[in-house]
Amino acid sequence: MDMQQLTLAEIARALAAKQFSAAELAQTLLARIKALDPQLNSFISLTDELALSQAKAADARRAAGESGALLGAPIGHKDLFCSKDVLTSCGSKILSGFKAPYDATVVEKLAAAGTVTLGKLNMDEFAMGSANESSHYGAVKNPWDLSRVPGGSSGGSAAAVAARLIPAATGTDTGGSIRQPAALTNLTGLKPTYGRVSRWGMIAYASSLDQGGPLARTAEDCALLLQAMAGFDAKDSTCVDQPLDDYLAALSQPLNGLRIGLPKEYFGAGLDARIADKVMAVVETLKKLGASVKDISLPNMQHAIPAYYVIAPAEASSNLSRFDGVRFGYRCENPVNLEDLYKRSRGEGFGAEVKRRIMVGTYALSAGYYDAYYLKAQKIRRLIKNDFVAAFNDVDVILGPTTPNLAWKLGEKNNDPVAQYLEDIYTITANLAGIPGLSMPAGFVDGLPVGVQLLAPYFQEGRLLNVAHQYQQVTDWHQQTPKGF
Amino acid sequence: MALERSDVEKIAHLARLGLNDADIPQTTATLNNILGLIDAMQAVDTTGIEPLAHPLEATQRLRADRVTESNHRDAYQAIAPAVENGLYLVPKVIE
Repeated sequence: MDMQQLTLAEIARALAAKQFSAAELAQTLLARIKALDPQLNSFISLTDELALSQAKAADARRAAGESGALLGAPIGHKDLFCSKDVLTSCGSKILSGFKAPYDATVVEKLAAAGTVTLGKLNMDEFAMGSANESSHYGAVKNPWDLSRVPGGSSGGSAAAVAARLIPAATGTDTGGSIRQPAALTNLTGLKPTYGRVSRWGMIAYASSLDQGGPLARTAEDCALLLQAMAGFDAKDSTCVDQPLDDYLAALSQPLNGLRIGLPKEYFGAGLDARIADKVMAVVETLKKLGASVKDISLPNMQHAIPAYYVIAPAEASSNLSRFDGVRFGYRCENPVNLEDLYKRSRGEGFGAEVKRRIMVGTYALSAGYYDAYYLKAQKIRRLIKNDFVAAFNDVDVILGPTTPNLAWKLGEKNNDPVAQYLEDIYTITANLAGIPGLSMPAGFVDGLPVGVQLLAPYFQEGRLLNVAHQYQQVTDWHQQTPKGF
Repeated sequence: MALERSDVEKIAHLARLGLNDADIPQTTATLNNILGLIDAMQAVDTTGIEPLAHPLEATQRLRADRVTESNHRDAYQAIAPAVENGLYLVPKVIE
């Protein structure tokens, strides 16, 4: 049996049927990672010992009669979730040697559900990027074409799952960092409603936008992970105290009567026409499953990128002030005084993109500019939210492309940050509005994956997973495996 | 209004970021490109629109005023660059 080809749901059935043990599965996948990951660079750390002890514990729990869906399920965590006594680098030199003193809530909840952590995954430094090229630990390669980027910032998570090194991974999404890499690597990725998943122990980038979520091959696996990750946490003051839906039960709802909105702004200039064709093919399939389609408008979408590139850097400049070379992480050699310690530790510890965003944010928040930048951006944020609220009066989900372009060549957009920022055009509105969004595989152009994005009203993750699952019952894009993996 | 070299130096100082002199011209140009992108925002009419800070308009939760945390000083100091007698060490500030 090719263990690496199994989804989380299939692994649960195989473990229940005693086809293999969780320990055997963990060892098989760890060996596979060691053999294949040098081509991809998707892992920053492997956690062999932790994995084997968690796997043995899961096997013991199963032998004692437990049957949780994630009991013994191997996963990886994006390296911005704090993991106790394990390097948590956030892809940055400034967190060199930082072994987190505690587990993030997401890590703790998934461990309690019986998952087995195989390692920590590469990412853009502090989750700032759409190509996974800004990591201190080197760029991640796309398993569909090793000369191309996997997307970012959860690029290590995406590449590892797409290459069948692990069946699923955690990611975080501030402007598209789960959905965009999922689209570029043929995965299903979900950004939940803001506040649905605890941010405690998730190293902050832009606190009013950041949200953790799953990347996996199927909507069903995303449902299994979300069920375990989500829920109220008193330790996160922005976490929402609202009951969880049964995401697995939601999958099987028929799509009869589903109303899909197609925003005209998502199909304008800038979208690769070959991607547009794939998106419309998905719409045709969903119609056959009983959905109806309506043209809608989200008139403020064009203002989302400017607003995002004020709000996110402003919050980042504040959040990243904690990295000062005093309490943890990197400290420069021989500081002459305290200011020199701060400036050189931060100047040497942060990479170019992180420094750029800190400076944009510092400028936007500096005396005299607050109203013109941060406050103005927050007003535009409300206009964007209002667009969605109005649209969801008439439709149940909104559908469009996840990205305007296919995966690009490594290095192609490195020297032009603004060009890379524009790649986020379709994903950042969901973060600004706080609504959930999902990307799912929708076919291939020139051998490269295309993703379709679904957006839903607040807390309707179940609806997104339902639509994706029903689509995946009648298509096999999500089952395609990159050559060589 | 485009940023000049002196603006970039001031911003870097406010953010306590040490920049290499040689990198400042490129940094200035890139920041001006980004600010150009952002300035498109100023054309949007936001008259009468309230700013949105939390998508669900949540307000800060309050909790009972009681001790919930235990002392983790040793664990936290174990990962610090320099400590002595339970204190974090930095260069001398007061002569």
